[in-house]
This record gives sequence, C-alpha cells and structure tokens, in this order.
Amino acid sequence: MGIHRGHKARPVEWLAEKFIFFVSLSAILMVLLIFLFVAREALPVFFGQTNTALVQKPIPPEDLDKHSPAELEAYLEITPDQFAKMSKANLRDLMDVKVEEQDDIPDNFRDDPDARINTTQWKYLIQPHQWTDYDKPEYIWQPVGQIQKYNIIPLIVGTLKVTLVGLFFAVPLAVGAAIYVSQLARPRVREILKPAIELLSGIPSVVVGFFALLVMATVLQSIFHYQTRLNAFVAGLALGFAVIPVIFSIAEDALTSVPRAYTQAALALGASRWQTAWQIVLPAALPGVFAAAVLGFGRAIGETMIVLMVCSASVMSWSIFDSARSITTTIAAEMAEAVSGGPHYRILFMLGALLFAATFVSNMVGDFVIHRFKQKLEGKR
Amino acid sequence: MNTVTAPEYLPDTPSSSPTMRHFRAEKFDFWSFFFSGLTGLATLFILGILATILLNIIVNGWSGLSWHFVSTIPKKDFFDIHTTGVLPMIVGTTFRVIVMTIFVIPVGVITAIYLTEYASNTSIITRIIRAAVNNLAGVPSIVFGLFGLGFFINFIGKNLDVVLHNTNAIWGQPALIWASLTLAVMTLPVVIVATEESLKAIPPGLREASLALGATKLETILKIVLPQALPGIMTGGILAVSRAAGEVAPILFTGVAYYMASLPSHLSDQFMDLGYHVFVLSTQSPNIDQTRPILYATVLVLLILTFALNIVAILIRARVRKKLRALG
Repeated sequence: MGIHRGHKARPVEWLAEKFIFFVSLSAILMVLLIFLFVAREALPVFFGQTNTALVQKPIPPEDLDKHSPAELEAYLEITPDQFAKMSKANLRDLMDVKVEEQDDIPDNFRDDPDARINTTQWKYLIQPHQWTDYDKPEYIWQPVGQIQKYNIIPLIVGTLKVTLVGLFFAVPLAVGAAIYVSQLARPRVREILKPAIELLSGIPSVVVGFFALLVMATVLQSIFHYQTRLNAFVAGLALGFAVIPVIFSIAEDALTSVPRAYTQAALALGASRWQTAWQIVLPAALPGVFAAAVLGFGRAIGETMIVLMVCSASVMSWSIFDSARSITTTIAAEMAEAVSGGPHYRILFMLGALLFAATFVSNMVGDFVIHRFKQKLEGKR
Repeated sequence: MNTVTAPEYLPDTPSSSPTMRHFRAEKFDFWSFFFSGLTGLATLFILGILATILLNIIVNGWSGLSWHFVSTIPKKDFFDIHTTGVLPMIVGTTFRVIVMTIFVIPVGVITAIYLTEYASNTSIITRIIRAAVNNLAGVPSIVFGLFGLGFFINFIGKNLDVVLHNTNAIWGQPALIWASLTLAVMTLPVVIVATEESLKAIPPGLREASLALGATKLETILKIVLPQALPGIMTGGILAVSRAAGEVAPILFTGVAYYMASLPSHLSDQFMDLGYHVFVLSTQSPNIDQTRPILYATVLVLLILTFALNIVAILIRARVRKKLRALG
C-alpha cells in the first residue's frame, strides 16, 4: 500500500485520506440509521405504550397531579416530548376532550367486551382471539373500523405462502440454468446467455406485477381452473420471475469458481459433461448454491409491488389458491391511511422492523456461507 | 439421481473393447443427455419468460405510443385515452433519479476508493464496511420507504421546518428530495460494487509507475486510477439509475403523488412517477379494458427508460470484465 509518510510532510494527503475514510463509513451509518429509525417508530408497540381500547376508565382532569407522567402519556397517547412541551392548562384541556370522547361512545359498544381490549398487546398480535360475533378464536388482521384487529399471523402466513411458491418455482429453474450456462454451454453461447438472463433483473417489479395481473392471472386460471383469479399461486410465480436473476447470478458465480482442475480430472477419467457437472462441480459448489437460495429468499420476502398488485386480501389460509397478504403489501397499502403516530402506524413500522430483521439474518447467513465457501476453495481453511 | 451412477459408462465394463468404451462414454449416455437437456430447457424457459414479457409489452404498447402521449400533461382523470399523457411522470422519474445520482455517485465512488486503494482487507473496519454494504443491498425496498418516512421526513424534515421557522410543513412532508435521498441510500451498494470492480481491473503496475515517478498517492488516484476507472464508475451509475427508475416501494411514502396539475419545480415538491402510475393504472382503473392501451404504453415508456440504461451498463461491464480476466 505504498510508503507511509508522516502527515506533517503532506497535510493535504493526510486530510484527503481521513476524508475518504470517513465517507466510506457512510454505509455502516446508513444500516444503523435504518435500524434505528424504523425501530424508533415501532418502539411504543414493543413497550406496550399504544392503546386501542375504545372504552377506557376516564381520568377526571382534576386528578392531573395524582398520576405519574408515564401514566398520563399512555392515557393521552402522546410522546414524552409532547408531554414535556405542554402546560398544565393544555393537559387539562386534552383530558377534558378525552372524557367527552368517552361520553360519546355509543351504548352498544359499551357492552362489547372487545371495546375494552387494547388490541396492540402482544397477546392479541400473535394469538387467536374469540371476537364478539365469531364462533371460535381466530387470527384476524383488520385495522379499520371501531375495533381494530392487528393479528400479524395471517400476514406472516401470507408472506411465507407467496415466498415458498416463488422459491419452489425459481430455485430449480435458476440453478438448472446456472448449471447449463456455467458447465455445459459453449463459451460463445455462454457469453450471450448470461447477460440475457441477467436482463430479467432489469425489469422493474411493478412491470412484473402488471404482467402477472393482466396476462398471467388469466392464462393460469384457464389452465388450472381455480376459483379466485388473483391468488398466492399467481403472485408466487411472478415473484419467482423477480428472484430468478438473483439466484442465477450467485449460483452461476459459485459454480464457475470451482477450480477447473476438478472438472478436467473428472473428464479425463471418462465422466461425461453432465456427470462432471452433477457429481463433481455441484457438490463442490453446494454451499454457494445454498447461499443463492437463501439470498433469493431474502429478496422474495422483501418484494413489495408484485404481491401488492396481484393479491391483497388478508385471509388466514395455507391454500396457495387463496388470496394472501404479505407483510410488505400491508405496509405499502395501509401506511397512507394510518394516522402518523397512531397505533396502526406504529404496528406497520413494527412489521417493517420484523422484515428488516428477517432479511438481515438471511443476508448474514448467505454471506457467511459464501465467504466460507470461497475461502475453502482458495485453500485458506 | 442414482441412475446417473449406473456402471455402463465406467471404463472397466468387461464386454466392450477400448474403442467401444470410449465411444459409449463420450458419444452417448442417455441420462447425461436427458439431464443436460433439462438444464438447457430451464435456461430456455427463463429466456422464454423474458421474451414473452418483453414482446407482450412491445406489441401491445407500441400502438399507444405517440408524441402526444409522451408530451402531454393529463387532466385529473388520466384514465381517458384521448387526453391522457405521461409527461409529468417522465419528468418526475427523471428528476428524482438525477437528484439521487448527485448524492449517491460521490459517496459510492469514495467508499469504493477507500476499500480498494486504502483499506487493508484483513482489518475489522473494512470487514464491517463490506458487511454493511452487503446488508444494504439486501434490505427490502419497502423498508427503505419506512426509513425515508421515519428519518428524512419525520426527523430531518420536521426539525428543518422548526429551525427555519416555517409555519407550514415545507420539508416535513413527502417531497422529491426525500424520495431521491431514500433511493440514494438504496442504490449505494450498486455504485460501490461496480466502482470497486473497475478499480480492481486497473493493473497495479500503473499505480506503481505513477508512485515511482514521485506522484503522491492522492495524485495517483485522481490522475491515473480514476480516469481509467471511469467506464466502470459509469456502469455503476447507470445500473443504479436503472434500478432506481423502476422502484416504486421506496417512494410510496416519501414523495410520490397520485396526481399533480403541474410539473415539479422545487426540491420540496411532490411528483408523479412512471412506475407508480403503472401501479395506479392497473389497480385503480374504473374500467380496465379501456385503460389497457394507456397502461401498456406507459409500461413501454418505463421499460424503454430502464432497459436502454441496463443494456448500456451491461455492454460497458462486459468490457470491464474482459479486461479484468485478461489480467488475472
């Protein structure tokens, strides 16, 4: 890395080097900021500071001094910042409003046990609950209406359903194509095929979604004769198109990086090209191919527009021919309606944090496996 | 897959002569042929999908494309085929992508310079930077949207309004600048990776010659390395632009508008966008059969914009890679 001279001799050099170093830290800063600010908006959900119960025990404004600031913040649904800025008179006004609100609640709601529940508690977010007028405990995501139901299980099921259909479709195709392009095709053909497949990643996901919505949904329904035209199956296939280039690129890279000596030895022993590819190269490159699938998974659960356009009803069903609502879709479709700072808004951010964590883990696993694989091939381990 | 290991291809099959064995192993092995064929079919199938999508859009979209269509600002009801147009969407998409480029290229290029020219590959900080870049590339686009809303709008924008004593929210609301910055964060890894690749393709001899002639490290980078790396940096920029031009999820909450009567003129304006318009046309049309021609034409415009850029990037990248391969 050249000769290191003292910074006194060349102040400009020294400054430039420090500047370049600090700018290069921005990638780390961004990852931290993303985590920090998505989590920040979601924090009240984790700490149980959101409250959606319609019927609450009103606190008379005269009792202002009897309660701690934390209790009042939760009761008035304001942040500590807002609380600190308010004068006593303002707080009393707010509490008056709150009492009036309670008086305005229609009588039929007063008797509904659901109206007394804070639906943003973890219990209601992940366990089924027997709502009034339902026969049995159910998982329901229904953030509109008087009683908002925020069970996130249907969304997780929807996400997994669509993602798994997509991967079942994309992984064999992409890995097959990667084997063909890297091992079997002639170099000339290869030079054309590789960029052609990578072009698929240049199609914006909103265009894939549009194609699935207008063309694929109709064609597939006429082939398979299922009930719902727009379902998780169509969305999954379309999602598959979007992840094929990701899986292909990484798998192809892994297969190509297997040392040529392996291939040549196998061929010299009389194995056919296919036998070499399947029994020698693929096992050697397996960690890389696995990583490709993991990174494809990360990409698939994060894909928004395709699922948003193709299906969006949040039904709790494992059938791939029913509709599904994924986590990304929910955030995209509902953020515009959610009141900034309200419980719905907080829960959507919580879902975003969940998604970030899931892709973070799958990226880490994928990168770690690839790193180990490359080191092994280079003989460093 | 056990059939693949069937003994017939093994060289020591007793019944056949050496030439026969050679003939059988090389010329025809059914399962090899079969499975090679399958992988070939998988490749063809993927290319078939690509071709189907592209042809479907080109054939159906071509007739709707006209000068009038790309140069008209539509009325509020943009589902009407006779008066509609996509000028504000083209302008909006271009504008947000240009602003993004201004932010992402310098940061991305400088990071890549640090990683290739200064950093030692074994130091912990370098590994953390690389891990961060990889992670950034894998964050879902909708999470970038949430980040843009939580950080740029609710934190920076709102505080900016307080500092500047704006009575109305000017910066603390969705705006072009916030959408562009969000996209810049999203495309940072694209620029870094492409620039790094092109920097690595430059022969170390060039740097050493420059240093030997008495140039400092900074001079070498600025006058020798960077000019050589320019095509690669361009590739990174183009790839970032084409990726960003088609993204909708990150701008949903950070600046895109359903309809605007005029073109965006200020960084704090909202804007219309091609990709978002495709989404609106295909999901919110009162009559999808009437909207279909407009929709196809809009998709075609978006594809031309992103694809033209992509193909240019792929061509430049192929040249850079060839150079890299020639070296090592």
